[in-house]
Amino acid sequence: MCGTASRGPRAGGDVLNLWVLVVATVVGCYVLKLAGYLVPARVLDHPRTRRAIELLPVALLAALVVVEALASGRHLDWNAARLAGLAVGAIAVWRRAPFLVVVISAAVTAAVLRQV
Amino acid sequence: MTAATGAPGPSARRSVVRDSLGVGVAVGAYGFAFGAASVAAGLSVLQSCLLSMLAFTGGTQFAVVGVVAGGGSLVAALGSGLLLASRNTLYAMRLAPLLRVRGMRRLLAALGTIDESTAMAIAQREPALSRVAFWWTFGGVFTFWNLSTLLGAAGASAFGDPSRYGLDAVIPAAFLALLAPRLRSGAVERRVALGGAAIALVLIPLTPPGVPVLASCAALLLAVRVREATS
Repeated sequence: MCGTASRGPRAGGDVLNLWVLVVATVVGCYVLKLAGYLVPARVLDHPRTRRAIELLPVALLAALVVVEALASGRHLDWNAARLAGLAVGAIAVWRRAPFLVVVISAAVTAAVLRQV
Repeated sequence: MTAATGAPGPSARRSVVRDSLGVGVAVGAYGFAFGAASVAAGLSVLQSCLLSMLAFTGGTQFAVVGVVAGGGSLVAALGSGLLLASRNTLYAMRLAPLLRVRGMRRLLAALGTIDESTAMAIAQREPALSRVAFWWTFGGVFTFWNLSTLLGAAGASAFGDPSRYGLDAVIPAAFLALLAPRLRSGAVERRVALGGAAIALVLIPLTPPGVPVLASCAALLLAVRVREATS
């Protein structure tokens, strides 16, 4: 998508890397889930460990919102249509709208602004 | 907790099944966005569908293809994806005494251990209803998530440039929708979120793609420090 000249066009290596990534993601996700059924409950029961695992997604999801909204490779890309779509989606989230409403309102806002 | 003995009535079961399937349909809508985002990032339709079937944890799947789309390395994509997936371990530990599964059923239950099935299971007042909620939510989400991934991925490869349809605005909005319930649960959560967002913003121009997301975990230290100072 955002390939730069320095990275070159997609080649065989990239395709192989994607398969490695897909398989590693699948295996890693499954092992993390299964581990919870296999380890004794007290292993992760330290309150601080538990709290850290609860808070980890909060930091990561917030960072992902910023990165997906603003990053284009290593540049900050203040794209007006995308940010307006995100803003409308954010209002829908704040109003506790169903997920489908969040998605459609964000998409339609960005798409319509690009047509204008 | 009055009905500690005996099986739950058929009407209680029916209402749990209905709610569980409703969650499945609602979450399935994410699948379109994931399938389209995944193909736009350069993954094939088959790879996108395999992720939805076997990784089966939405936030992680979005994170992995997001880092790939941004040109991030394999390690950065896998790292942010698995860090995000680590919460499923906690969910499994909470579900284990409720579901009491062994053998093949445990292997299957592990696959279905996600935000929605856990939330629906622990929301029930009786273990018997928890099991109904877990399996039906898992089944509903799995069905709709995989169908919609296939449609989204196939659609994106047929219709081309997804930003024309506003998909680039959908992805951050989807992450925000996942984040929102956590923001509502406390001040520490809001502080950690702000910290994570700030770290990512500062690092985008300074580090390779994928690193800003991984580095956002440092925001947890901030929360721990504040908690220690106030206690």
